Amino acid sequence: MEILRWAWRQLTSMRTALILLMMLGLASIPGSLFPQRNQNPMKVREFFKNNPTLAQWLDKASIFDLYSSPWFSAIYILLFISLIGCVLPRTFEHIKAIGKKPPLTPKFLDRMEGFVELDRPVVGSLDLAEKWLKKNRFRVRREELSISAEKGYSRESGNLLFHLSLILILFAVAAGGLYGSKGETILNVGERFINTPTSYDNISFAKFQREGNMAPFSLRVLDFKASYDVKTNAPTDYTLQVAAANPIGSKEILKTIKVNSPLTYGSTKIYLQANGYSPVVAIRDKSGKLIFEGAVTFLPQDGNLTSIGAIKLPDMNPQIGMVASFLPTADRSPTRGAFSSFPEVLDPRLLVSVWMGDLGLDSGTPQSVYRVDTSKMKRIGLKALKLNETYNFGEGTLAFEGYKSWVNLQIVDDPGKLYALFGAIFAILGLLISLFTRQRRIWIKADGRVQIAGLAKNGVPGLDEELAALKKSLEG
Amino acid sequence: MTSRNLAYLSNYAIYSAMFLYTIAFFAHAVEVSFSVKTTEDNEKTSFDFSRTDRAGRIGTAMMILGFIFLFAGVILRGASAHRVPWGNMYEFSITGALAFSGAYLFALMKYKLRWLGLPVSIAVLLTLGTAVTVLYRPSAPLVPALKSTWLAIHVSAAIVSGGVFLLANTIAATYLILDRMEERGGRSEWAKKLPSLEALDQLSYRLVAFVFPLWTFAVIAGAIWAESAWGRYWGWDPKETWAFITWVAYAAYLHARVTAGWRGRKAAWLCLFAGSTFLFNYIYVNIYGTGRHTYSGL
Repeated sequence: MEILRWAWRQLTSMRTALILLMMLGLASIPGSLFPQRNQNPMKVREFFKNNPTLAQWLDKASIFDLYSSPWFSAIYILLFISLIGCVLPRTFEHIKAIGKKPPLTPKFLDRMEGFVELDRPVVGSLDLAEKWLKKNRFRVRREELSISAEKGYSRESGNLLFHLSLILILFAVAAGGLYGSKGETILNVGERFINTPTSYDNISFAKFQREGNMAPFSLRVLDFKASYDVKTNAPTDYTLQVAAANPIGSKEILKTIKVNSPLTYGSTKIYLQANGYSPVVAIRDKSGKLIFEGAVTFLPQDGNLTSIGAIKLPDMNPQIGMVASFLPTADRSPTRGAFSSFPEVLDPRLLVSVWMGDLGLDSGTPQSVYRVDTSKMKRIGLKALKLNETYNFGEGTLAFEGYKSWVNLQIVDDPGKLYALFGAIFAILGLLISLFTRQRRIWIKADGRVQIAGLAKNGVPGLDEELAALKKSLEG
Repeated sequence: MTSRNLAYLSNYAIYSAMFLYTIAFFAHAVEVSFSVKTTEDNEKTSFDFSRTDRAGRIGTAMMILGFIFLFAGVILRGASAHRVPWGNMYEFSITGALAFSGAYLFALMKYKLRWLGLPVSIAVLLTLGTAVTVLYRPSAPLVPALKSTWLAIHVSAAIVSGGVFLLANTIAATYLILDRMEERGGRSEWAKKLPSLEALDQLSYRLVAFVFPLWTFAVIAGAIWAESAWGRYWGWDPKETWAFITWVAYAAYLHARVTAGWRGRKAAWLCLFAGSTFLFNYIYVNIYGTGRHTYSGL
């Protein structure tokens, strides 16, 4: 029991809280130096490839998932408890102290940090002093021959407000981590999305989030427009138009989503994250029968949206796979070969290399939809197609019929967000109050001679000036 | 006037500002070095700052003029692209230099700080020099993610905090140098005019305490913006991580002073450490870092 009490006292001391805060700062450093799975999984894979042994060791210490690792969580949970244990008792004490009078005037005033004595006694000096102190917003305790006054009480209020707000922010972060969901979906222009887990390309649920809690909306992508600076090729604007219904089945309303203005339904927000092109192709077999027709999503590889993708035809016999790239504005150079020189579609090309054999889809290991495993295939054709061109690759034909834009939407439900915002606002308020409030005590004794003394907490300057001002007001 | 002309004008203004800061640098150098008075027997040197007061005043005047030109340069840069001038690292740097020299001039109105003119002018010249040679990019429109009112709010708060943090750092560094001198038997002649150790200690603390809420605000404004642009208010992006580390370091500094009563040498080292996390964030994360804050244009 003794030990527990001792441990609690240790944990909730300010020193421990500070050490934990510093540890949290230090612990977050590796996450900025090593790639993180939740931010950039490709980089993590690359790291594993380049430094296999080191990566394994680092992975054992959860370096690649640092911010959700047990030891990182341990630090912040301890900090959390320490803060609560440190701040709550102080808050109760502070509330109790409201309306209390300042402490009694000490015996020897000349030992204080600031001290002045009036040259001659003044009649009614205590009355004058009381008036001056009240005017300057001191709390005054009047005794027979002395006054004890205090100011700057709100410093502690601000201080506590700040630390309580930090606790609120930590709660909000935890709420977001326990009751949220976050998912992504790629939609071509013209496609419809219904907010159910199966509609997503990937979605992750927090521990206590249930599927039934998802906001019941649907979206139809009407139009996506991207504009680019012609000198630098950098994007200048993305605008997405959707027809949204909330709940599903109600009347659709036209909504605009931009990079800095997501669409909001309660605590769910829909963000425009990325965009690219989906070439529209039609493939027929030797007999002319339509095997596939539609838009195939390609992945952008650079700022000019040179995009790569794959067209897989497992139903043809033998199976056909196409490794393809899409160039919105085609260009050629001897060193780079074919590439795109502008992100808008001005002179599109579809480059395909056609492979025949076994796509390897039956092996059970999941495959990327953007790549073809050509290890059991042989190449039977190579071609750069212009718009509306048809290519006969022997086993059939490929027609390049058009293209569509796609957008990547991120849909996030974070119920803790609003509380975090409140916490942040109160934290700043508290900080301002506590850093700009000056805390002082002033005593006056009038027992024959008139003595004034003062104490400035935290060594805040300006005490001597204040004492001099009081002295002057007494001398008239 | 066309955008291109405005961008050229901005460049001229910045070159002129660099010229003025160079004069300020020389004037401050003269102020310090020529105030040494050597007697005929060459044994005793003494100091007479009244002799070089004029050089010091010229230095200050040039600092003010340089500030005005730099200010104009930053404004014109923004006007040339029809936006706030914080779209890439060149623009962050010129605005940062502006904030730093602005913080110095502001502090100069209140405190006797002219001695700081020498290190401040060097730092501003180095920053502007790097900006125009290494970091320069032609004026261009913003990428969509930066098109937000929060750009003006978040970045200005961060830049001003940075300027004041670095000023506090300069003062803390001065403290450490003078402290070592005094320990080894007294200040060198040129350093005798500088304020007392205690005054330096207080000043760097007050600058940090003054600007810490602003830095907190900058981080929070960033979080609010990240929420509307990237779908989360905090994602441990390298920039965010280091902003947090800087925040923690300065929070530790303030606690160490207010509650643990740290003063002097220990506090100055802690202040320097905290400031260096800010610089690391600016330089390393912008240039080598990955993550979402990759707007340096490099």
